[in-house]
Amino acid sequence: MSPILQGLITIVLGVGGCVTYFYLSNLVLDKVIFPPKGRDPGRNINRANMVRPWLFLLPAILALGTYLAYPVVGSFWRSLFNRDGSQFIGLGNYEKLAGDDTFRQAVMNNFLWVLFVPALATFFGLMAAQLTDRLKWGNFAKSLIFMPMAISFVGASLIWKFVYANNPTIGLINAVRDYFHLMPVDPLQIPFWNNFFLMVILIWIQTGFAMVILSGALRGIPEETVEAAVLDGANAFQLFFKIKVPQIMSTIVVVWTTITILVLKVFDIVYATTGGNFGTQILPSYMMQYMFRDDGRATAVAFVIMIIVLPVMIWNIIQARKETR
Amino acid sequence: MAAIAGQKSLLTWAVNISVVIMVVAWLIPTVGLLVSSFRTTDQISQSGWWDAAFPVEKAFRDRIPGDGETQADGKYVLTGDLLTNGQNAADLKSGTVIKAFGTSGIKPDKYKAGETADLGDGGTLVVNKDGSYTATSATSFEGNGPRVYFVADMPPAFTLSNYKEVLFSDGMGQAFINTLTVTIPATIIPILVAAFAAYALAWMEFPGRGLLIAAVVGLLVVPLQLALVPLLRLHQEVGIGQSFLGIWLAHTGFGLPLAIYLLRNYMVGLPRDIIEGAKVDGATDFQIFMKIVLPLSFPALASFAIFQFLWVWNDLLVAKVFLPANDGSKVMTVKIADDLLGSRGGDWGILAAAAFVSIAVPLLVFFSMQRYLVRGLLAGSVKGG
Repeated sequence: MSPILQGLITIVLGVGGCVTYFYLSNLVLDKVIFPPKGRDPGRNINRANMVRPWLFLLPAILALGTYLAYPVVGSFWRSLFNRDGSQFIGLGNYEKLAGDDTFRQAVMNNFLWVLFVPALATFFGLMAAQLTDRLKWGNFAKSLIFMPMAISFVGASLIWKFVYANNPTIGLINAVRDYFHLMPVDPLQIPFWNNFFLMVILIWIQTGFAMVILSGALRGIPEETVEAAVLDGANAFQLFFKIKVPQIMSTIVVVWTTITILVLKVFDIVYATTGGNFGTQILPSYMMQYMFRDDGRATAVAFVIMIIVLPVMIWNIIQARKETR
Repeated sequence: MAAIAGQKSLLTWAVNISVVIMVVAWLIPTVGLLVSSFRTTDQISQSGWWDAAFPVEKAFRDRIPGDGETQADGKYVLTGDLLTNGQNAADLKSGTVIKAFGTSGIKPDKYKAGETADLGDGGTLVVNKDGSYTATSATSFEGNGPRVYFVADMPPAFTLSNYKEVLFSDGMGQAFINTLTVTIPATIIPILVAAFAAYALAWMEFPGRGLLIAAVVGLLVVPLQLALVPLLRLHQEVGIGQSFLGIWLAHTGFGLPLAIYLLRNYMVGLPRDIIEGAKVDGATDFQIFMKIVLPLSFPALASFAIFQFLWVWNDLLVAKVFLPANDGSKVMTVKIADDLLGSRGGDWGILAAAAFVSIAVPLLVFFSMQRYLVRGLLAGSVKGG
């Protein structure tokens, strides 16, 4: 069967199945299990309404449980076994990781990514949001800066491979160097600094995201505070750094943490540009190296990533609990 | 006051200029890719894409055909056209202009077009800008015309050949269809599942609701990496294995936290009066959901659909793990990252065209539905990679 046909059938089955499930399960609940008649119809209605939320939630809970909650446990369990899963080796995989130079380098590089990418993307996003705020063509400018968000990490890596190309008639960087009569270099092979050239790609993508959210936050600042500051003689910079930024600090933190989480997941950029060579390995790409070859070690790396993400997760949950209360 | 006004406009100028610089910096890489995708590999290696709109200077060698000589004023004369009838005619498109010519390969640009070159022994050669030439000689050419070198300005040329090759012989066409096949069900199916759950979390009272919301928020940031190995094994055990069905299910699961979160946040904000009014009128939860909440939530549904579409379309990780590695079921990102970057690494025109094929649809969706995307982001979406 051709995949397209299969896809169409899946859509029909998926959507139709969902609607049928919800419709039928509600029907069964109301008409068969707890019908609003008999000796005590009121109690039956109440009981039906106790069960109903779980009918609505069941498919989602099943999917979330299977595809996101179970893997957390499953991965950890798997990481305690050896390469082919036949032998329990306790924390052996983690010990192996600790002794591996590439792993330590990946942690180090990831640390650099986490340090620079969220900071710079948020910074540029904030600048773009503020500068375009009162501009007539601001929305147009924003949509162009936002555009890389639509591009895949692979596509973006390829786009930047052109910028970084060794050949001065292809790569902009080397074209500029050529103009000043400097020898062409391959930016992706300069030790240490190549990490930063890769980070540029993610910053380029994420600035738009930061800009859109921060722009919304800037619009939400009460006009009076700005007016009062202007009357008191604040200049444009004071207005921005002392009045506006403190008021949107919580949004800045959200943007920052969101990009931080993303940084810990993106393997595509390193994979498509250097393949982790030349000292550019990061944790997600390091994990992909072992995926399919040594699942024990791959899951151990994944669990390390999970542990790094954990504080942000807890913080998010606390924030969400505050809001829903 | 005048000084302040002057300062204001200076500041406006500074703002305008910095935004222009930023926009240009953000746009340049993509423009470079787009321009390169329309150039042949030859052109790409001869001049930068930033020069693509300008003519390229190129030197040629030719020999004037010796047959068909005529006699005038006691001299033997050969006339003709280098651009249309010369040996290089195939490479010289209309619009090519000859700038200079010469009679030896050492100095192919010795004479400007239109000047008269001395061939020795009383012979002369004139080559004009339009390619027409006149060669004269005191003695018969005897079928051997003189050699000529010339430098021509080639007009900028663009080609669709990269796209043709990428789509029809490099398998990107198949990959495009595969991406589409993966994306559409994986976008549609989670919406309904999530919408029901979001309604329950937003408008139904039951014990454990707050806990479930917290769980959704927590699952929002679970790294996908964690899911790969256990789920692939699960899929293999239940017989799904690496297949399209497997990737649809996986994307559905991975997309759900964001979907539920976005939709719940939106549904909570719907006016209470409408929903309670309907309840008073005797509508069941199922009816309220289908007839009131779902239609009213359209903007949130649209934003999630766009997110999920972009995310699935652009995904490399899940496709690499959950789809079989054969050529027939590769999606575009995998095709580019694993095949083209390896085997066609130096073929810049092909790479550019392939990349552009893969980003064209997301860009289209992005620019036509940006409103919903922004709204979704502002509703507090937090997901990535």
